[in-house]
Amino acid sequence: MALSTRSNFAKPDDAYRAIVEAHRGLSEAQSADLDAALVLILANHIGDIDVLHEAIALAKRRMLEASQQQQQQ
Amino acid sequence: MAQSRFQSSKVQSEAQFGYRRHADQDRTGGSMAEYPVVVIGAGPVGLSLAIDLAQRGQGVVLLDDADRIGEGSRAICFSKRSLEFWDRLGIGQRMVDKGVVWCVGKIFHSTSQLYQFDLLPEQGHKRPAFINLQQFYAEGYLVDRVRELAGVDLRWRNKVIALEQRNDHAILTVETPDGPYRIGANYVVACDGARSSLRQMVGAQFAGKVFEDQFLIADVRMTAEFPTERWFWFDPPFHAGRSALLHKQPDDIWRIDLQLNPDADPVAEKKPENVRPRIARMLGHDKFDFEWISLYKFQCRRMDKFIHGRVIFAGDAAHQVSPFGARGANSGLEDAENLAWKLDRVLRKVSPEALLESYHVERSMAADENIRESTRSTDFMAPATRQEARLRKAVLSLARETEFGKRMINGGRLSVPSIYDSPLSTADRDLWRGGPRPGASMPDAPITAPAGETVYLTDAFIKCGTRFTLLEFVNGAMVDPPDGLGVIRIGGDAGFSDSTGLTAVRYDAEPGTAYLLRPDGYVAARFRHPTRIALDAALARAAGND
Repeated sequence: MALSTRSNFAKPDDAYRAIVEAHRGLSEAQSADLDAALVLILANHIGDIDVLHEAIALAKRRMLEASQQQQQQ
Repeated sequence: MAQSRFQSSKVQSEAQFGYRRHADQDRTGGSMAEYPVVVIGAGPVGLSLAIDLAQRGQGVVLLDDADRIGEGSRAICFSKRSLEFWDRLGIGQRMVDKGVVWCVGKIFHSTSQLYQFDLLPEQGHKRPAFINLQQFYAEGYLVDRVRELAGVDLRWRNKVIALEQRNDHAILTVETPDGPYRIGANYVVACDGARSSLRQMVGAQFAGKVFEDQFLIADVRMTAEFPTERWFWFDPPFHAGRSALLHKQPDDIWRIDLQLNPDADPVAEKKPENVRPRIARMLGHDKFDFEWISLYKFQCRRMDKFIHGRVIFAGDAAHQVSPFGARGANSGLEDAENLAWKLDRVLRKVSPEALLESYHVERSMAADENIRESTRSTDFMAPATRQEARLRKAVLSLARETEFGKRMINGGRLSVPSIYDSPLSTADRDLWRGGPRPGASMPDAPITAPAGETVYLTDAFIKCGTRFTLLEFVNGAMVDPPDGLGVIRIGGDAGFSDSTGLTAVRYDAEPGTAYLLRPDGYVAARFRHPTRIALDAALARAAGND
């Protein structure tokens, strides 16, 4: 199974909102802890090491490109 | 592994052996003695290798630069695989009788238990998942076994100081209390430990990852009611922010392993007066004596090539891992069992020298696996960055209510035999739903002999002579096995019976199924219905003769 990057939620805004709200009122450190737990829970739910590697690669590529663009601006 | 050793008291060295002058030392000029194999280092690996070779009929000279068994308990966990190897060497039972048998490990975080694992949750194996036994006992029993064998010539206080490599042999210069002498060897096996001098003599690199964290090992003597389980703590109240391990050994000795801060002062930390209060907090009392204290840092590394000309490296000389997972001594013993039968065949000229290359292929792959596993454990115990610490905190927290979190906790993944991706294996052609695939070690199972007594498959393998052996599940007319092959027959009038059904399950066996086992008990090939041609081809391949 390959990583699916098409939109999977019927209401993507609900999903985004749920994650944003989970972080509301948290300190930076608490948010980071929450994210760490969330990543582990979701990774286990997916349960496919190849998909996980693909997701990591995508996230890392976007993170690096975005921070490069930021530096250039 | 040990950076410094000190403060040893009482039981440390179990036995002292005298230096004895050997007739080889009186030879002069060109009349140097020559041997098929010289093994260097009488630790668990060198001793076991020498015994295996001697049992196969080889004459072995075993040199050690000391005159006694190493001090301190050092390695304590010996795996099922190691015990099965030692069974083949005739000393498995003695090890088990003295050792502390265990299968269960528990992981604690702060004051609560997070996780419990059973390393051998099924019945029907001759040997347990692990025993704990001080290394000096294991070495002592191996030395006793050596003395029963005419084939091993064990020479204490014989220190190799020079090596000359020739095309078809090597010449060693050996220093003794009576001065140096020279001996020749078709093959030299260097089992001379992490600081191997042979490794330096061949000029091999030995680079790897250095871990900054320091660990303190203390063996304490006390009477305690703790169960015979491996207990591991993250962030315990008695050792805040670090990890700790408690494990039982024979003779009321307990192994305690405490992670220290990277910047801890080694001189201060190893003083008994500083160690004592720390351990008293852990145990909740002060009624213990120190047997051994050692402070160590470790590296994970291996040699690029395990074979350099006529010198072959095994054990810590060839590879080092962190101690979490009991992968040091056990992987060294797996090196020995892998090498012994190959070296024997090459020396008897029934296999080409190229067979030895498979030792490097299989065991360097295993070393990589052991390094990977133990590096992961160490990284989990000592997170290198704040984000790593955060992820570990999340795992420990999730483990309180999720199964996946429990299984992600890494307090050491304990040694299991590697599955070799090997040039000696014949790839599966038939359909298998289970059972050991080619390159895997043979699983044990109980079987009933025709006379009615229950034995184990590993016993039957030894009875067959610890050679290439066909394990076959009877189906009317069986194929006529090649000459010189041992045969374990399950079913039929004269065969063993699989009274519990476990053998069929563990080997995914149907009538007609046959496994070709190597002399080290690994699977070389398997067939649903073997033909003589297929068997001959698999055997030739496994012996390096194809």
